[in-house]
Amino acid sequence: MEDTALECIGARKVFRVKKETRPETHLSTEWSVASAAGDPGGQDAAQPGTHGGKQGPGVNGHGAAIGATNGRHRGRLALSRAMATLFPRSVPVEAVSGVTFSVKRGEIFGILGPNGSGKSTLIRLISTLLLPDDGEIRVFGHDVVRERFAVRRLINRVSVEAAFFKKLSAMENLSYAARLYDVDIRQARRTAIEILKRLGFGENKAYEPLEDLSRGMQQKVAVARALLTSPVLLLLDEPTTGLDPVSKREVQDYVLEVRDSHDTTVILTTHDMQEADRLCDRVAIIDQGRFVALDTPMHLKAGLGRNGDGEAATLEDVFFALTGKALKESHPEEGD
Amino acid sequence: MIELARELRRSYALVERNFNLIRRYIGWEIVFLVYTVVNTLTIAFIGVNPATGGGGDRVLYLVVGALLWGFLSVLFHEVAESVQWERWEGTIEYSFMAPMKRLSYLGGVCLYAATYGAVRTVVVMLAVVALFKLDLGSANLGAALVVLLLSSLSFIGVGLMAAVLPLLSPEKGSQAAHILEAAILLVSGVYYEVSVLPGWLQPLSRLSPATYTLRAARAALLENASLRDIGGDLVLLLAIGVVLIPLGLKVFNWGELHAMRTGKLKRSG
Ligand SMILES: Nc1ncnc2c1ncn2[C@@H]1O[C@H](COP(=O)(O)OP(=O)(O)OP(=O)(O)O)[C@@H](O)[C@H]1O
Ligand SMILES: [Mg+2]
Repeated sequence: MEDTALECIGARKVFRVKKETRPETHLSTEWSVASAAGDPGGQDAAQPGTHGGKQGPGVNGHGAAIGATNGRHRGRLALSRAMATLFPRSVPVEAVSGVTFSVKRGEIFGILGPNGSGKSTLIRLISTLLLPDDGEIRVFGHDVVRERFAVRRLINRVSVEAAFFKKLSAMENLSYAARLYDVDIRQARRTAIEILKRLGFGENKAYEPLEDLSRGMQQKVAVARALLTSPVLLLLDEPTTGLDPVSKREVQDYVLEVRDSHDTTVILTTHDMQEADRLCDRVAIIDQGRFVALDTPMHLKAGLGRNGDGEAATLEDVFFALTGKALKESHPEEGD
Repeated sequence: MIELARELRRSYALVERNFNLIRRYIGWEIVFLVYTVVNTLTIAFIGVNPATGGGGDRVLYLVVGALLWGFLSVLFHEVAESVQWERWEGTIEYSFMAPMKRLSYLGGVCLYAATYGAVRTVVVMLAVVALFKLDLGSANLGAALVVLLLSSLSFIGVGLMAAVLPLLSPEKGSQAAHILEAAILLVSGVYYEVSVLPGWLQPLSRLSPATYTLRAARAALLENASLRDIGGDLVLLLAIGVVLIPLGLKVFNWGELHAMRTGKLKRSG
């Protein structure tokens, strides 16, 4: 097998997001017409909550002239609202803008970044769930667009949200996954129990509907599902978010163990700087869809030297320095 | 050959999963089944009601409509809603990320839908038989079964076309599928001859495979028609299936690519 697990060259993804027209905007226009026409009840009509959308109490039953003005105005409003619903305007959002990097086989590669910086989008591009608008992504030499099928055999993924049939038990969900991957079902059930036990998940819980289990427990089932199919490239999108410190440790240790014993390459996104420091061979910091740094945690920290308080910089300091989030946090009024 | 067996095993994942889901939602399952039984019986009673000119073959006429529509609408529903259901649970990314052909995935959905629909229909049929004396003296059951098989193909085709809708528009897709189902119910002559429909609706009835299904099934069950007698309708049903299933698969693949381009597979996160 190749020595490069993942190669990502100039990957770009742009979403078109519907521009929602906020109802308040319409209401305030409506009200300003009412008050401009000398409607004494206009003030009340503008009270949020009393204005149910179509007819406000203040606009009701006043002079015929006012009613006509409002009627015409409302007609136009209704029309423009209908148009906005039928043909919503959309704005482009560049979630990943030209990211280039490669990951060596057996490496644990971390991606850190603020909310909405494009981490999950990048993971989805690699896992063949999104088509890139530009650039090329290869998993062990296979193109994620043209050789989707070959890539799918090699990967599996854990996402932040536990995506399961919540009425089904852990075992039923895992059997479903195993069958989709055509893993021997009896073997899969044994392996599943082993993995779950290893993650501190009681066997008796494996037969209860998942909706009765805590988020952390569900997350462990998600880890088990991903590992059940023996992926050579494991994509972990915030796998430990929502886990208690002990569970977090168990999952982290297991990731390290899998890398060492199964020769698995891991791509990991996280908001936990200590986790990144502990697990990752290299870390990329992504901000607004671009990598702003890529190095070993040690080099990243050394690059910053000392933090504001004169102590040795942590990965968190590096993160703040590169994404400018510390500044925004201390001056909330400047943030969005 | 080995590859085929592998894909069939993958299809079975869908069947097992859905039957597991039924066990977990067993309360609702019973409620829906009882409702369908009662609904069918009510329709059968219309057939014996003297005020509506009941008697003779009318019960059988109505019951055939109710049973067939029950089966075909379940088939359509299960296929059309499969994607929507997975979107709602948030599992769709995981199902679609698996290294399996989409044909196997959808094949599994159809296999489940047909099995589930058949089981339900048999239960309803037993209830009808227990309460009504149906005269099957001039019924060609074999021909009726062939009608059922061929119409399943065409309904799977229609279902596949509808299954893609939630991939194109997460909210409106499912609504459109319901409207389509209602339109088919209206124009296909489930409980009446299509000739009673207003003139402008009648051309639509010709577009619905259910029209040919009901016409052929009634001919077989009420008039002892042979396969040759209903040959025209059978060929039409087969043709609709043969055209719509591959077309449905193509449309589905295209819809999936569209969803991958626009990011519509995921629900959140
Ligand atoms: N399917 C989608 N459709 C439209 N826009 C999307 C879609 N997925 C992501 N986006 C947008 O792309 C940007 C990046 O989102 P993404 O989920 O990749 O961020 P993230 O780094 O994973 O954030 P978080 O830390 O909150 O998980 C955001 O602006 C988001 O709104
Ligand atoms: Mg994310």
